[in-house]
Amino acid sequence: MFRTRFTRRLPAAVAVAGLALAVAACGGGSTGASGSSAEPTAKAAELNANADLSKQSLAVTVWDGYTPKELPEKAKAALKISDLKITIHDTNETAMTKLTAGGDSGLDVAFVSGQYAQALNEQGLLEPIHPELIPNLSNLYPEATQLSYDKGNKYSVPYTWGTTGICYRSDLVKAEPKSWNDLLKPPAWAEKKVTMMTTERWLALPALKALGYSVNTDKDEEIAKAKELLVAQKPHLLGYDDTTFGDKLKSGEALMVEAWDGWCPTTDPKQNIKFVVPSEGSDLWVDTMVILKSSKNKEAAHALINYILSPDIHSWAAANINYKVPNKAAMDQVKVPEGSLLGIKPAELLNGESIRDLGEGSTKFGRLSTEVRATQ
Amino acid sequence: MKSQTKARPASPAKGRRLAAFAFLSPGLTYLIVLLLIPLGLVLSYTVFRRGRFGGIIYEFTLENFTRLIDPLYLGIVGSSVRIAALTTLLALLIGYPTAYVIAHLPPKWKTIALVAIVLPFWTNFIIRVYAWIMLLSGPGVINSVLGTKFELLYKEGTVVTGLLYSYLPLMVLPLYAAIEKLDPQLREASANLGASGFTTFRKVTLPLTLPGVVTGCLFVFVPSFGNFVIPEMLGGGKSIMVGNLIRNEFLSTRDWPFGATLSLALIAVLILLLMVQSWAARRA
Amino acid sequence: MRRPRFLYIPFWASLVFLYLPIIMLVVMSFNSGRSAYTYEGFSLKWYGELAKDEGIRNGLINTLIVATCSTVIATVLGTLLAVGLARYSRSRVLDALALMPGVLPDLVLAIGLLIFYVLVRTTFGIETLGLGAVTAAHALFSMAFVTAVVRTRLTGSDTSLEEASRDLGAGAVTTFMKVTLPQLMPGVVAGALLAFTLSLDEFVIAFFTIGNTEQTLPIVIYSMIRFGVTPKINALAAILLLVSFTAVIAGQRMTKIGESRAQN
Repeated sequence: MFRTRFTRRLPAAVAVAGLALAVAACGGGSTGASGSSAEPTAKAAELNANADLSKQSLAVTVWDGYTPKELPEKAKAALKISDLKITIHDTNETAMTKLTAGGDSGLDVAFVSGQYAQALNEQGLLEPIHPELIPNLSNLYPEATQLSYDKGNKYSVPYTWGTTGICYRSDLVKAEPKSWNDLLKPPAWAEKKVTMMTTERWLALPALKALGYSVNTDKDEEIAKAKELLVAQKPHLLGYDDTTFGDKLKSGEALMVEAWDGWCPTTDPKQNIKFVVPSEGSDLWVDTMVILKSSKNKEAAHALINYILSPDIHSWAAANINYKVPNKAAMDQVKVPEGSLLGIKPAELLNGESIRDLGEGSTKFGRLSTEVRATQ
Repeated sequence: MKSQTKARPASPAKGRRLAAFAFLSPGLTYLIVLLLIPLGLVLSYTVFRRGRFGGIIYEFTLENFTRLIDPLYLGIVGSSVRIAALTTLLALLIGYPTAYVIAHLPPKWKTIALVAIVLPFWTNFIIRVYAWIMLLSGPGVINSVLGTKFELLYKEGTVVTGLLYSYLPLMVLPLYAAIEKLDPQLREASANLGASGFTTFRKVTLPLTLPGVVTGCLFVFVPSFGNFVIPEMLGGGKSIMVGNLIRNEFLSTRDWPFGATLSLALIAVLILLLMVQSWAARRA
Repeated sequence: MRRPRFLYIPFWASLVFLYLPIIMLVVMSFNSGRSAYTYEGFSLKWYGELAKDEGIRNGLINTLIVATCSTVIATVLGTLLAVGLARYSRSRVLDALALMPGVLPDLVLAIGLLIFYVLVRTTFGIETLGLGAVTAAHALFSMAFVTAVVRTRLTGSDTSLEEASRDLGAGAVTTFMKVTLPQLMPGVVAGALLAFTLSLDEFVIAFFTIGNTEQTLPIVIYSMIRFGVTPKINALAAILLLVSFTAVIAGQRMTKIGESRAQN
């Protein structure tokens, strides 16, 4: 029967085809390497400041609700570009996967956190920022131009920034937390009522800081000590949570949680949630805007970033979603409510260490996270 | 009852070949183009290396395979198997009677019952999980109603419950199709010959529906094994299953070569299970 | 037909188990607070919010399109494949192949398809594959489920009717349409139902294969997770449940009327 003859050869034929295609793929536009097989990309010096933007359109990937809903209409009207499409992503990781899968992702601008922008740049996927096309860069705080993952904002422009700390129920805790150890070695009244984050760099952060190490260490002994702390903590933990810790605090399931400041609902009307940056120090996280090298609309991309940096647009994030923006002109426009975390000053933020991508060292944190979470 | 293919002098062998081609080629072509080629692409990464910041370095290496042999991963596989097996067993115990009852309903009610089984899954996954959290949490519904302080959330049992919830229809529907096909006369004959209800079930019904049972178990076990959302949201992230492992490698660590290697190992086991299923199906 | 009473216990237990969270979820659609999680009081506002949300509306339309199209493709291809494998093939390899898409970890398939589609786009110079890419991907794994479910009706079943039909001179197509297919129908229906259900709420593969111009509903909802999923989604779910349930009951009523008309 021709069936059996066919089927025996089939898997082999396909495996060969698959490998051949993979080779072709890496020959053409290698995953993560520069050089798509599309038109030649403009070199750094050659962007046209007077380009006709009406011939350009933009595709942007960003977290849902992170930018004003009217941004597409407003930007189209102000910049005269032909279209602005917003694609949403739920985490840095999924955005990164789309951006590094090879070829042209079809995206022009991406919103990703600092260390991810760094990684994209190291893989040659980003267009350098042309400051002459973004005059509103002058609106940024001077501190926002000295971020350690991208000094001088060569390939990324910061959109929001903040720090990580302990978010807690001031009415239910018996003592205000002051140190990362209050989370790592919870007192009896907080037994099984604390949470930590799941993302591996932020999971390690409290342990590293409590031990006095840098968040960007890749020394095996230091990471091993951090792991011991985290493993010892696990039985006393409610759980690892990146997304619903705010709800857990509100319902009283958790009393103290590791949280990003923008997520900590300190302005809740019940007035019983507070935020503290522990004494050992913390990080400085930054969500940035980057332009993809594969973009065919680089001038429009620059124009959009410039537009977003204007005080009226940029202040939206602070006024509506409680995130600090590194834009002095914008923050000056915002009325900061009493006790709000929007009042944290840039100089204070700079005490935090920016998380950087560690290259090969990154895998050590992946392993740390797996080991801690797999411990029974 | 074995199917016999007799030679039929009237129809030419060529007609049979044509029929085989007609039935098999659309599906197979689709599978080759959309399954085998993409899979081949991902799995080809197993022999390459991770770039310093992610991406792929196209240098041949076998180090990903040696990394597989690690007690950490074996431990994770072990607990995943345990959780998935428990889920599958429970699904079978609840699912078989459910499918049986539905298969014997009057025709009007059959469709309604089937739809009733899948309807909950036409809502969104996240809010279903939130609903479970509401039910099970310390200050949640169950504890409030019963006046107790049970710790029902963020445990292994919670993960099993969540998985069972998500995959129960995948057990019920194949079983329904298998049971509904049974010729009632077989059962009556068995009863007439003096066999008890249970014996009839054991010797007649169960063997005949075995392919459905194996299919249902496969469809519950495998996704449970590879699921990563339920252990995170309902398990409090405190247990990590194979699905989390693969996801972390691809997404967080951005080590696509190693992620592909883990996947290859998983797929190898999958193929084994599928061959077992095929053997069970063809035996009937 | 003898049906032991005790079997009804697991049956009703299943239904209670399946619907308990659904009841919670519907109750929460009337939550006055922002959380889909902690009840704070009664309010109808989320239904209003839902009506205004264009992102959700477009997502819903796209999801319905993808689910319907992929179900049709999967049901046709899957049924044909099931018959082919059961009647015309002895290969266990092909059996395994047919079921693979349904049991692969979805992330692996998603990434594979992502790379594949990028390759297709660059080779053929296509700007974007749009919803077609997602539909094709969903049809792929749904097909596995349809094949599996339809197979359970074919294994070990009586081929004598089919053979009789052939002996009487009917061609393969006629035999299939008039003899085989009616026998398979419950399996085909169950398989199609499963395919539709799986596609409706599928996130991972959709996210990675979709272009940058459209979103499906699960993608829209998952992306809300950073700022909190609001009871708007519960309102949506409640409405979907109501509509689907009404449609099914109405459908049943109409078939009954059709049948009784035919009898008269």
